[in-house]
Amino acid sequence: MEKWYLMTVVVLIGLTVRWTVSLNSYSGAGKPPMFGDYEAQRHWQEITFNLPVKQWYFNSSDNNLPYWGLDYPPLTAYHSLLCAYVAKFINPDWIALHTSRGYESQAHKLFMRTTVLIADLLIYIPAVVLYCCCLKEISTKKKIANALCILLYPGLILIDYGHFQYNSVSLGFALWGVLGVSCDCDLLGSLAFCLAINYKQMELYHALPFFCFLLGKCFKKGLKGKGFVLLVKLACIVVASFVLCWLPFFTEREQTLQVLRRLFPVDRGLFEDKVANIWCSFNVFLKIKDILPHHIQLIMSFCFTFLSLLPACIKLILQPSSKGFKFTLVSCALSFFLFSFQVHEKSILLVSLPVCLVLSEIPFMSTWFLLVSTFSMLPLLLKDELLMPSVVTTMAFFIACVTSFSIFEKTSEEELQLKSFSISVRKYLPCFTFLSRIIQYLFLISVITMVLLTLMTVTLDPPQKLPDLFSVLVCFVSCLNFLFFLVYFNIIIMWDSKSGRNQKKIS
Amino acid sequence: MDVGPRLKAWKPRSNHEMVVCIHHSTDFEVHRNWLAITHSLPISQWYYEATSEWTLDYPPFFAWFEYILSHVAKYFDQEMLNVHNLNYSSSRTLLFQRFSVIFMDVLFVYAVRECCKCIDGKKVGKELTEKPKFILSVLLLWNFGLLIVDHIHFQYNGFLFGLMLLSIARLFQKRHMEGAFLFAVLLHFKHIYLYVAPAYGVYLLRSYCFTANKPDGSIRWKSFSFVRVISLGLVVFLVSALSLGPFLALNQLPQVFSRLFPFKRGLCHAYWAPNFWALYNALDKVLSVIGPRGFLRCLTLCALSSFMFGWHVHEKAILLAILPMSLLSVGKAGDASIFLILTTTGHYSLFPLLFTAPELPIKILLMLLFTIYSISSLKTLFRKEKPLFNWMETFYLLGLGPLEVCCEFVFPFTSWKVKYPFIPLLLTSVYCAVGITYAWFKLYVSVLIDSAIGKTKKQ
Repeated sequence: MEKWYLMTVVVLIGLTVRWTVSLNSYSGAGKPPMFGDYEAQRHWQEITFNLPVKQWYFNSSDNNLPYWGLDYPPLTAYHSLLCAYVAKFINPDWIALHTSRGYESQAHKLFMRTTVLIADLLIYIPAVVLYCCCLKEISTKKKIANALCILLYPGLILIDYGHFQYNSVSLGFALWGVLGVSCDCDLLGSLAFCLAINYKQMELYHALPFFCFLLGKCFKKGLKGKGFVLLVKLACIVVASFVLCWLPFFTEREQTLQVLRRLFPVDRGLFEDKVANIWCSFNVFLKIKDILPHHIQLIMSFCFTFLSLLPACIKLILQPSSKGFKFTLVSCALSFFLFSFQVHEKSILLVSLPVCLVLSEIPFMSTWFLLVSTFSMLPLLLKDELLMPSVVTTMAFFIACVTSFSIFEKTSEEELQLKSFSISVRKYLPCFTFLSRIIQYLFLISVITMVLLTLMTVTLDPPQKLPDLFSVLVCFVSCLNFLFFLVYFNIIIMWDSKSGRNQKKIS
Repeated sequence: MDVGPRLKAWKPRSNHEMVVCIHHSTDFEVHRNWLAITHSLPISQWYYEATSEWTLDYPPFFAWFEYILSHVAKYFDQEMLNVHNLNYSSSRTLLFQRFSVIFMDVLFVYAVRECCKCIDGKKVGKELTEKPKFILSVLLLWNFGLLIVDHIHFQYNGFLFGLMLLSIARLFQKRHMEGAFLFAVLLHFKHIYLYVAPAYGVYLLRSYCFTANKPDGSIRWKSFSFVRVISLGLVVFLVSALSLGPFLALNQLPQVFSRLFPFKRGLCHAYWAPNFWALYNALDKVLSVIGPRGFLRCLTLCALSSFMFGWHVHEKAILLAILPMSLLSVGKAGDASIFLILTTTGHYSLFPLLFTAPELPIKILLMLLFTIYSISSLKTLFRKEKPLFNWMETFYLLGLGPLEVCCEFVFPFTSWKVKYPFIPLLLTSVYCAVGITYAWFKLYVSVLIDSAIGKTKKQ
């Protein structure tokens, strides 16, 4: 592409913002005895380096599972092992068994932050750049602007480089998967997505759309010919990649079961802490977590989740398209987030990634969603003392989106891809002409509420009887927003017909 | 609502502040000390106070500026205003100081806007990003040197350069009195700008005090306007009176001057001779032909020459040459070429200012950002003319990469680190000196050639 230097500048800006955020505090800094996610990652390096593979997921005198036991699939463990080898080379004290617990120093922080940056640079950022370059029917300038906005998304930067996690690895692999599958390199795409699942099991939120899209493609090619061949090849790739990743754990049945127990802790209850999903918000009015027995909670969340995502997935099988695939990723992940079991607030990133991918198609709604997603993690970010980076990155992201896409000019029904829906509704309600107006007002109300809540949380003290008041309010407001988005994205998917696609204006 | 107690309630744990704090330079302590001095002590003590080694050595307007800031500072952390709290650096102190720099940069942004208005948009590209105005505003607002010196290393250069750029813009807009006033004010904020005072002096004298030119461009002596000279002088005098007046009344002028121009450092009297003499010939020729652009080149030459030949010059002074040169770079291809060499080597020479490990990625990323953007955007702007660099210049600029790798990544692991720890600094200084001297020389030559061409054209 001709403007390669502008893309380089965009990547450099993304890297600079990331490193600047990483200079701030991390999760659990200076807070013994448990510390936080940063210590968890360091501990995993200690465990994977010093103990044999068979003991990684088991409770033992050397591996105390309640203290940050491994609860991600094997690929995370291998990644930690790799980092541990580098750490051993620089300073063995960082990963010494038992004695390195709670180790904190400037040099160690630098090392850990560098590992995140390298992983990001190798996996996530190239995927974003390639994705933007492969966008069709968009000018080069818009592609570069798109890349800038995606790379500036605050949620991922704050969690990975502030709180401390490696989401960019799993999200990067998932993005490579999306790229492969959208560009008809189905085998490579599936392989990449399998790697993503084997890095973090939460990527299963994206599994259904992948499955439905690929199945739909197989059906389209004809199940008696090429389609069947493709299906078999895909199945082989998936099985092979899983076997390869889990090889050390397939030797004994007990090993596999233990890993699965660690990955899917069904004993831990419907939700933990405060998260912006339905169950937590509902719990404010009716304490379902305490009232309902455990297995009922499981069944209830299972049913709700699958009922809410079924329409979109069925449509994707019947009419597989790249656009439908991306929107189904959004709605599926959002359904899981809102209704599933043991959801953490960071899981909103799994919804944010697909929303970033549709930024160029519905810039207004995507920007709105991405702002809400960052806001929903506010209690977590405040706990990690990341208020300043949050505010600055959010404002930078907002300004980038507004100037790149002129989002406030793209609020007509057609731009919001609600034209076919409005036409259908107008058959019964001729006066239904104010949809875009309503949406604009809702946006205004949402932003004002978010700003007010942020100010209140930062400046005021909660009343003594309700110490969690502000976190609960943040979660509740975010949940309402997310419900609205769930409905919106499902409308787009269900009303996206061939005639709708012809009417859509290409920006 | 009283903000103070609310901010106090948001109190961080003091232990891990040290873990997460980025390294800050001594300039933090310098400015904290000045806040303390101006807030706690009467004016008569300002230039005598010596509890800390960082005594007040800027002119009075800057002292008043710190005084005003200190009244805001007391809401952040009262303790920083105690003169005896040497090296006091709570997180709220740092927060306040960083915010004050960002806040004062508003003036810089305004000045950049005014400068961009003066640039003509003759070479209008189809897109916004190709317009000279846009490129200039990015080159100024995102100037790597200014970013790291002000916001990481910590100084208040942003708004000072804002004042300078504003005065240049006013001169471009033929509002000479305002330009002179702004420059006089600037001098009383930071006297380092004396380096470029000759350019201002001669330009104002030449273009403002002599109201008309002869057809061939040389001075029409009879058009000398006494009124204008006197009004200029009055402006400068009034500003100086406002600044130095209180200290004159207190009979403290010698003390103030000894702080501003410490003789053991020999700041002032050693550089005037080669600088002024070297430039005098160029000044008149340039100004007779080209006008405001000539003034800008003169200013840049002044700043560069003083950087090259001056006594006890700080490496940050290269910014004094880089920022005005940015205005020239979007006008002509030749100027763009000189600007790029000057700015790349000048910015690289600032690297030793940030030497801790967390800052290493930041300075490399920011430097790459600025360098890639400036080179590619100026190349695109002047793509129809001959290439900006010849092979020698390209080679030299590319050599900065291996140099950085050697100095920061390879050298610390060699055995020479203990015996000769100064080698990276030495290499950096020497390598950059070559580039800066080359840029200075090219600028000088181009100024002389242009004035000669101009003279023959007129004739």
